[in-house]
Amino acid sequence: MDKAGDGMATGKKKMGGFWNRRQKTLCSIGFAAAYLLLALLAGLLVSPESYGVDYGAKFLAPCFAHPFGTDEMGRDMFFRSVKGLSNSIGIGVLASAASSVIALAFGVTAAVKGGIADRFVNWCVDLCMGIPHLILLVLISFMMGRGQKGVMAAVALTHWPELTRLVRAEVLQIRSAQYVQASYRMGKTRMWAAWHHMVPQVLPVYLIGVVLLFPHAIMHEAAVTFLGFGFPPEVPAIGVILSESMKHIAAGNWWLAVFPGLLLLLAVMLFDVAGENLKRLWNPNSGNE
Amino acid sequence: MQNKKTGPGLEARGVCFRYGKGAPWVLKDVNIKIGAGERVALTGPSGYGKTTLARILAGYETPVQGEVLWEGRPLPKTGCCPVQMVSQHPERAVNPRWKMEKTLRECWEPDGPFLQKMGIEQAWMKRWPIELSGGELQRFCIARMLGPQTKFLVCDEITTMLDVITQAQIWRVILEEAKSRGMGLLVITHNLALAGKVCDRAVELPKLGRWQGA
Repeated sequence: MDKAGDGMATGKKKMGGFWNRRQKTLCSIGFAAAYLLLALLAGLLVSPESYGVDYGAKFLAPCFAHPFGTDEMGRDMFFRSVKGLSNSIGIGVLASAASSVIALAFGVTAAVKGGIADRFVNWCVDLCMGIPHLILLVLISFMMGRGQKGVMAAVALTHWPELTRLVRAEVLQIRSAQYVQASYRMGKTRMWAAWHHMVPQVLPVYLIGVVLLFPHAIMHEAAVTFLGFGFPPEVPAIGVILSESMKHIAAGNWWLAVFPGLLLLLAVMLFDVAGENLKRLWNPNSGNE
Repeated sequence: MQNKKTGPGLEARGVCFRYGKGAPWVLKDVNIKIGAGERVALTGPSGYGKTTLARILAGYETPVQGEVLWEGRPLPKTGCCPVQMVSQHPERAVNPRWKMEKTLRECWEPDGPFLQKMGIEQAWMKRWPIELSGGELQRFCIARMLGPQTKFLVCDEITTMLDVITQAQIWRVILEEAKSRGMGLLVITHNLALAGKVCDRAVELPKLGRWQGA
């Protein structure tokens, strides 16, 4: 893939752009990563005073001092939104990490062991996918006593089924591939074949799956919190902010919903774009484009 | 049947095979003996289990009953197998994510003159499999199996999808190698003319019947 740039002069001309698609792709991935890091770090650095209560500045429309306006308690919505997004991204990272570990373990076990293990994993996947996702989230969060712990557990424990199926299918397919069997007959060990044949095949699919999990996790965190089963009201989270804003939107305080919503939307869309682009980059059929 | 000059070679004893319990038998009680340096053609209609037999002889599948012996001993489970197989579909036999170079060198290090003889060009080494044609890929598949440790080669319709010129080229190299190093061949083919040209004798695999290797 490192040679993609060479010898593609004709292809570049056809696309007519200044950059080829590989460069554009890398650029968008970098942009998404930068946004994530920035939001996460900014959230950590924002001090609680910056969005403290100030009853003298209730319901201010967006202005220079408060770019996103203020809410019913005079809290600055810009800093609250940034902090909230940071919290949401933190949850997203956690959920992606937990789900990806579960998915990898389940998927590989199912594909390699087969038989009862395979049937058990598939049963678990079907069970989880059979229940509407949001209801499952609410159920788990409720069981764990709502709040931060509840929403974390709910989001972390419900995002693995799709990825598990993906990993299982990939490992199954490549395990029976002729070139892997030929590799064994040529005297290669299982470890060697796993490292040289299987990992390069499964890893891209897996990583893309993890990246694409991310927006789901963030959205679901916000959704569960919005419904009142997630973060408590004093924690700035996008879901909390949005659900509070619903009370005031009829009174014309549009900025309470629009700006935090846009921040969330941007984060989710960037990850989706990054994931899709990674997929294209890693696929040998489109890796040279 | 045993060829005194070339040693006991490859032998299948009472091999029975089916894909999974309760499935119909693909092979039943198959016996065959091929001398170590002997070249044998295996013919028979499609769907009679020729490829399955080839996979069993090369150790890709374990027979449900019976055994496969090389030089009087069961095929080794680990290490480089002395019996290797080249399959009908080269595009399935190479890792699509590997450059051809790595695929070629998976088992041994072929030198320049050998590659030239096989008709493999240096420029192909840096390519991915999807960038080569079937014939070009098949040359790589054959070349990587012709390492010094390969004593017997099972060729499962390896040139069926190639044009006649390429077929002739490939078979010339394989024959040359087989003769010079005393390597045995089992050639599965529908092409009787090819079988006559390449092999010492031909055997037929009739449907599920008891089959005595000639």
